[in-house]
Amino acid sequence: MELIISVVCGALLAASFYLLMRRNLLRFVIGLIILGNAVNLLIFAMGRLTRARPPVIPKGQKVLEGAYANPLPQALILTAIVISFGLLAFTLVLVYRNFAANQTIESDEVRGSEPSDTLDVYDETKRLPA
Amino acid sequence: MNTLLVLPIMVPAITGMAALLARNYPRVQRALSVLGATVMLGVGGALVYQVQSHGILAAQMGNWPAPFGITLVADHFSAALIAVSGFVGLAVAIYALAAIDETRERFGFHILFHLLLMGINGAFITGDIFNMYVWFEVLLIASFALLVLGNDREQLDGAVKYVGINLVSSASFLTAIGLLYGLTGTLNLADLSQSMQPVREAGLGPAIAMLFLIGFGIKAALFPLYYWLPASYHTPPAPIAAIFAGLLTKVGIYSLIRVFTLLFPNPGGYTQAVLLVVAGATMLLGVFGALVQRHILRLLAFLVISAMGYVVMGLGFFTTLGLAGAIFYVLQDVPVKTTLFLIGGLMERETGTTNLSKMGGLYQHRPLLATMFIVPAFSLAGFPPFPGFWGKLTLLQAGVAQEQWTLVAVALVVGLLTLLAVAQVWGRAFWRPKEGELTVLDALNTRILTNGPVVVLALALFVLGCYAEPVFSFARTAAAHLTDTGPYVQAVLGG
Repeated sequence: MELIISVVCGALLAASFYLLMRRNLLRFVIGLIILGNAVNLLIFAMGRLTRARPPVIPKGQKVLEGAYANPLPQALILTAIVISFGLLAFTLVLVYRNFAANQTIESDEVRGSEPSDTLDVYDETKRLPA
Repeated sequence: MNTLLVLPIMVPAITGMAALLARNYPRVQRALSVLGATVMLGVGGALVYQVQSHGILAAQMGNWPAPFGITLVADHFSAALIAVSGFVGLAVAIYALAAIDETRERFGFHILFHLLLMGINGAFITGDIFNMYVWFEVLLIASFALLVLGNDREQLDGAVKYVGINLVSSASFLTAIGLLYGLTGTLNLADLSQSMQPVREAGLGPAIAMLFLIGFGIKAALFPLYYWLPASYHTPPAPIAAIFAGLLTKVGIYSLIRVFTLLFPNPGGYTQAVLLVVAGATMLLGVFGALVQRHILRLLAFLVISAMGYVVMGLGFFTTLGLAGAIFYVLQDVPVKTTLFLIGGLMERETGTTNLSKMGGLYQHRPLLATMFIVPAFSLAGFPPFPGFWGKLTLLQAGVAQEQWTLVAVALVVGLLTLLAVAQVWGRAFWRPKEGELTVLDALNTRILTNGPVVVLALALFVLGCYAEPVFSFARTAAAHLTDTGPYVQAVLGG
């Protein structure tokens, strides 16, 4: 089971890195979604996999005995899912707003914040104080 | 339980919520914002005093005993950073009263600003690595919203880059946490530092260390992961850029120092070599970027990157002296960067352009602004008697003690180039006569609100430079607690 989850996790990471390196911003966002899921799966697998052993104390006993599922990684994943859900909603709206403002989702063509003017040395020297 | 430790999180949270409730009353919102920032400065001061007199403080949330619940810890390093962020937070909150337009205020500037401070303080004070991740996300979402507030085309483009790379950084951080938890079964930083030995011996240490380095390195804008910073920091209005430049990269560097000193003390070999190379390259490429920029805020953004290199250099030595230099450098760099960005905003306001080639005449027409610029600029270049000099001196001493000659040489050259970069700003924007007229002077109360915080910040820096001993000995104690983690672990776990 661990082996399958590890392979799936690796495949998801590879797919997400491929998408993150695309120039299309929408693909980049999909890459982020897959990346988040791959990391969550990794945390889940790192918490050891157990089947059908819920961490519930049976009636009449005080402590859990034997092997049982670790609830903490699931709590961590739940937190991470909620956070990444909020952030991704924001990112999607941002990419959409950026598309509305620039009419493009190609990251190469989005240069609103990068200056287009390069140094013009000649002009500079002409204006330096004597 | 020590209530004081909860206040750095609760005060901005309550201020933000109260400001949200008062969203239809801008004047009330403004008063609340300044009041909340003032209280925060008081809390920071009290925290420093308590840590100074009682040593490291820890509080267990919900009274869950240490490794199981969330612990808040204030040691010297985090207390000092919370106090400094309270200081610059107040200065920026006052500056913002005049520099943030009504539209941005109506869309929640004051609310987001305090939520950002909450996230920053939370990251500084937590003693739990997963909790640190959560605070990072809190400050990230607040900073995302602040960055796009106003919806300019330029801002949206800067935000796409900032948001994208920061989400990747969070994923790297989260992966490292997941691996650590799987290998040690704990998330408490103090407990982790006790149980890391087998992981380091199993050879997994460097892999996890590199994941942390990528995660925090993106946030701290270290080589080669800094390209997002000069692409985004110049787009929002000056107060927002100032708080970003002053504090956000410092949160990254704080976490880097915290995690490396607790979990990977004296890594040696590969990890240390990577840190030292990253430090040198960050310093050098940051200042190279600054030298060719003509946009004042982009130039300052590159100088933010360069300064981060010095701090990583101090960490990379893994000696008490190096860490003391790094901590002192961070503490003075927060107000330096905030002041520089606030002044950059004023320069843009006064001349009506961001292009240095078109600026001029500021020395003649705005002598106060020119005088205030000297303090942070020459502190950045490492001139005595400004505080940057003491930070760099200590870092260089640590480098000489470690016989890291190449890095010491790089740091000296970068100091010289930084001087060249700020001297260019000085020559072009301040000394050169202006062709044509400056824009008309703002109304007097606007000028007090914008110049006042800058003057106070610059004076504080000047005093710190002339009388650095108390802060420096504080930094030394902080560094001693980072190299000898015994007191930290004892404060958290007891016994």
